Amino acid sequence: MSHNHTLYKKQVSAIRSVAEGVYVLSFQRSFTFTAGQVLAIDVVPDGEARLYSIASGEQDKDIEILFDERPEGRLTPILSRLRVGDNIYISEPFGSFRSDAGKAYWIAAGTGIAPFVSMIRSGKATHKTLVHGGRYDENFYFASLIEKNFSGKYTRCCSQQEDTAYYKGRLTGWLKEYDLATDNRYYLCGSAEMVVQVRDILISKDIPFQNIVSETYF
Amino acid sequence: MKTNLFGLTLFQLKEVVSTLGLPAFTATQLADWMYKKQVTSIASMTNLSKQTREKLESKYCVGMTEPSKVQTSTDGTKKYLYPTQIQKFIEAAYIPDADRATLCVSTQIGCKMGCLFCMTGKQGFQGNLTTGEIINQVQSLPEFDKLTNIVYMGMGEPMDNVEAVLNSIEIMTSAWGYDWSPKRITVSTIGIIPAMNTFLERSQAHLAVSLHSPFDDERREIMPIQNVYPITQVVSEIRRWQLGRQRRVSFEYIMFKGINDTPRHANELVRLLHGIKCRVNLIRFHAIPDTPLEGTSPENMVTFQNHLKAKGLTVTIRASRGEDIFAACGLLSTKELLRKQQETDF
Repeated sequence: MSHNHTLYKKQVSAIRSVAEGVYVLSFQRSFTFTAGQVLAIDVVPDGEARLYSIASGEQDKDIEILFDERPEGRLTPILSRLRVGDNIYISEPFGSFRSDAGKAYWIAAGTGIAPFVSMIRSGKATHKTLVHGGRYDENFYFASLIEKNFSGKYTRCCSQQEDTAYYKGRLTGWLKEYDLATDNRYYLCGSAEMVVQVRDILISKDIPFQNIVSETYF
Repeated sequence: MKTNLFGLTLFQLKEVVSTLGLPAFTATQLADWMYKKQVTSIASMTNLSKQTREKLESKYCVGMTEPSKVQTSTDGTKKYLYPTQIQKFIEAAYIPDADRATLCVSTQIGCKMGCLFCMTGKQGFQGNLTTGEIINQVQSLPEFDKLTNIVYMGMGEPMDNVEAVLNSIEIMTSAWGYDWSPKRITVSTIGIIPAMNTFLERSQAHLAVSLHSPFDDERREIMPIQNVYPITQVVSEIRRWQLGRQRRVSFEYIMFKGINDTPRHANELVRLLHGIKCRVNLIRFHAIPDTPLEGTSPENMVTFQNHLKAKGLTVTIRASRGEDIFAACGLLSTKELLRKQQETDF
């Protein structure tokens, strides 16, 4: 996608692999943002920047971005090879995927956990239930941070690992299996396919669509 | 596997012939044969030397694809199903009318946007169409010679595949291509602002924006894109471009009973679009499976239309076409996909 956000030069302060092909990229924060917001990133100042949710907390020194390397993609194979000190170009944060203070389910697939991690790190996790879907146990990114800082119910749904310590199955299976509160808000983040399937399940369980807020990767 | 020539722009064809060591004018000949004479094989390009044709055929083919299925509505609308290079399916809807014949083309296989009212979104996103796959929907259409208008309102979000969309428009509007006026072409978007600006800068085709609610919070409930690019910002950008003289901007508004069809919505719509020379298209909602949404009644649509007109907006109610074959909603390709699809893991 062509992009015309104004991009600012930053230097990578850290990059680490958190699972096979999945990375956390860090750079110094020089702006304020609200947990749940996205920013545009590129490795050139006038390229086709892509949008990523911020995974770090609002007051953290560094911004963290969680990304999944797509071998066929233009940007993520380059991002995954960045080293400390390399230049990247980022926009100011924007977007309005923000969780309110009331009771809510946060439902994420894969790297869609990022905005919820940001909310947890920003102290916005009271009265929340977190459901995260991944293929293997290693795909529950930030799990130890979540276990340490999140007081609500945290469910991990693992679709492909036979000996998983968590719910064995897709998160859509978990949502179908368990009772869900109809008066809660539901915040979804993941691929369009995940969002649409989860939303259909929630609606079939009498949750008003007005209570469902979705963020899709694109 | 040979590479398709069909769908390449003149600039790209020049790169191909240069790579093969052929003279530059061969690119113009190729464009002429494919887009004007509409041949489907390199062997048919008889003003190319045999040696040139052999050189091209060693690595390339034209690469057009016939539709694999067609459904015909009682009103004459036809929905064509095309297989894509990655073994998926897309749809194109041919909509004949008294004085025009419109083709609604797809730009992606599935869609990433996840709008609540859209059947295509239920497929998830399977991939972008190439320029060739977009233009193939036009040129391989049996009714190609009757076409008066192209609308990019089929499967997918055109601005999420904007380079392929722009290249396809270049083929349609260039002297070396179909040589059509860009006024025959309308591209729809839900408002991906950066790509929309790219489109407005690099083409002269009309723009249609899927609006569906003038209120940020309510639009967010039915269109996730609102979290990233709110409609108020989309409209501000359009206002900045000052469209309306040489190119048209329209706002598409699917009407949902009790959701976006009240006087409050009409008033806000008027306020939002104030000062923009545009047209509002009110669209009846074609129900899709498992949707919580209902369409506004025809009577209430007229009331809403009159409310907007009284405030000075130009408003039309789009005639529903091809309802018996679900012409607009991606159902045919979704069925084909689901028949083949394995469960995705999340």
